[in-house]
Amino acid sequence: MNVARVGLWLGLGFLYLPILLLVAYAFSADRIPFQWGGFSLRWFVALAADERLIEAALLSLRIAAGAATLAVLVGGLAGWALARFGPFRGRALFGALIGAPLVLPEVVTGLSLLLLFVALEGAIGWPGGRGAQTVLLAHATLGAAYVAVVVQARLAGADRSLEEAAMDLGATPFVAFRTVTLPLMAPSLLAGWLLAFTLSLDDVVLASFVSGPAGTTLPMVLFSKLKLGLTPEVNALGAVIVGVAAVALGMAALVLARVDGRRGGG
Amino acid sequence: MRDPAPSLPVPRRLAPRRLAILLPAWAWLALFVAAPALVLLGIALGHYDTGVPPFQPPFGPGGAWQGTFANFVAIATDPFYRDSFLRSLLVAFVTASLCLLIGYPMALAIARAPEARRTPLLLAVLLPFWTGFLIRVGAWIGLLRDEGWLNGVLRVLGVIEAPLPLLYTSLAMYVGMVHAYLPFAVLPLYATLARRDPALEEAAADLGARPAVVFLTVTLPLSAPGVAAAFLLVFIPAAGEFVIPDLLGPPEAQLVGRVLWGEFFQNRDWPLAAALAVVLLVVLILPIRLFQRLEAEQR
Repeated sequence: MNVARVGLWLGLGFLYLPILLLVAYAFSADRIPFQWGGFSLRWFVALAADERLIEAALLSLRIAAGAATLAVLVGGLAGWALARFGPFRGRALFGALIGAPLVLPEVVTGLSLLLLFVALEGAIGWPGGRGAQTVLLAHATLGAAYVAVVVQARLAGADRSLEEAAMDLGATPFVAFRTVTLPLMAPSLLAGWLLAFTLSLDDVVLASFVSGPAGTTLPMVLFSKLKLGLTPEVNALGAVIVGVAAVALGMAALVLARVDGRRGGG
Repeated sequence: MRDPAPSLPVPRRLAPRRLAILLPAWAWLALFVAAPALVLLGIALGHYDTGVPPFQPPFGPGGAWQGTFANFVAIATDPFYRDSFLRSLLVAFVTASLCLLIGYPMALAIARAPEARRTPLLLAVLLPFWTGFLIRVGAWIGLLRDEGWLNGVLRVLGVIEAPLPLLYTSLAMYVGMVHAYLPFAVLPLYATLARRDPALEEAAADLGARPAVVFLTVTLPLSAPGVAAAFLLVFIPAAGEFVIPDLLGPPEAQLVGRVLWGEFFQNRDWPLAAALAVVLLVVLILPIRLFQRLEAEQR
């Protein structure tokens, strides 16, 4: 049916038009965003001189990298257990807890984590104030839920008899895990890391709740700026983010294509 | 006499170790998922206080009960809070319905595309997700402002003389919401539609059904689980959405996410904000359970 194909292209147009216009108008000299005033890089220059934004961006990148790594450790373990451990004791509760951040509204997760940090602070003196560290933990909790889903799906689709064969041939469970299961999981761990990294870089709600004065992330700065409307500088920042995302995704696609090709050829 | 079964199941060598392996994961989940929920419930039963932190816990020194249900009573009886819940559910319902209307043809077209083109098309739908959610909201601000791009185009075309007030309206809010959540709807729809058996549609067509009839009697009913999953996957987060209504929507649209945010950050009434979160959770439990059942069945 052609109706569906027209719908697909209209839908893609709806998804991409605002993003493409944003990128195009980042190169406009005009003071008013989305007005063409001739080609100029002045807003990128202004952006590079904005120390508050740069500082927030660097903090966001550090938090995202840390949160994604922690999320892969916790979520990878959980996803592996859910896919391979069979019906262990407490499995239903385990699955519900790991998946909860996926389905809870962000305001609920954010508020409850903040209240936890405040309660812990009062009880045991940890985490010692709120800021980058508490944002990292909140983002890792959210990311772990996504990693667990991705890893579990990957292992569910992979043949379990490979690990059993390794152990039948005398491999210890640890060796079987390291030489068979871990390589099987690797692509999903990488995909999960990227997903958790992106989620952390994109999050404003969790960060606003659990952060303190010393932990202003890039989305928090962006959000406060957008409350006053769109400035050409924010427009230029948007173009930079879209560009970085496009390059990163292109590289990821190349790596994945090469890995798949090697596997297919071997 | 020898056992006729040549091989017995491999003994579960891992079993005792599995508990130890899982311990870190259990500890993490207890600390960062289970404990926050309990603390949230506890503080929802607490009193507002002007100290730091700004509340009295429900149990005083020595475990004496000093809590209150006043926050929940306020939410149930004060029209301001009640209406914010009803309005949020309506916004979530409309957003999810719009995402289905726009996303279904997209998912169907991808599922019907030649095998080699499906993954690139699916990626094209998911790609905007990676460009940053606030950036996309910012783009809509630039498009919809009074002096924005859309009003400029309409004026050049002679359709309008004075700029249409588009930004900070319900229309802008829905546009932003659908833009943000559309990929979430396409994914489960595609997952269901890709697994459909085209032979069923061909059989219906061979027996004389017109394309529209084939769609309504075969394709659509068979994709019902995907439709339900897509609807819920948008509905659940949309019900608590805060950022998009705040940046694009009308100032008077008091949705529950925004009310909760205001109680917390502006009024510093943490117990009331916690109670709002608890009620939001209770309201969403049914759709969440439904979604999880659908997911389990699809596997």
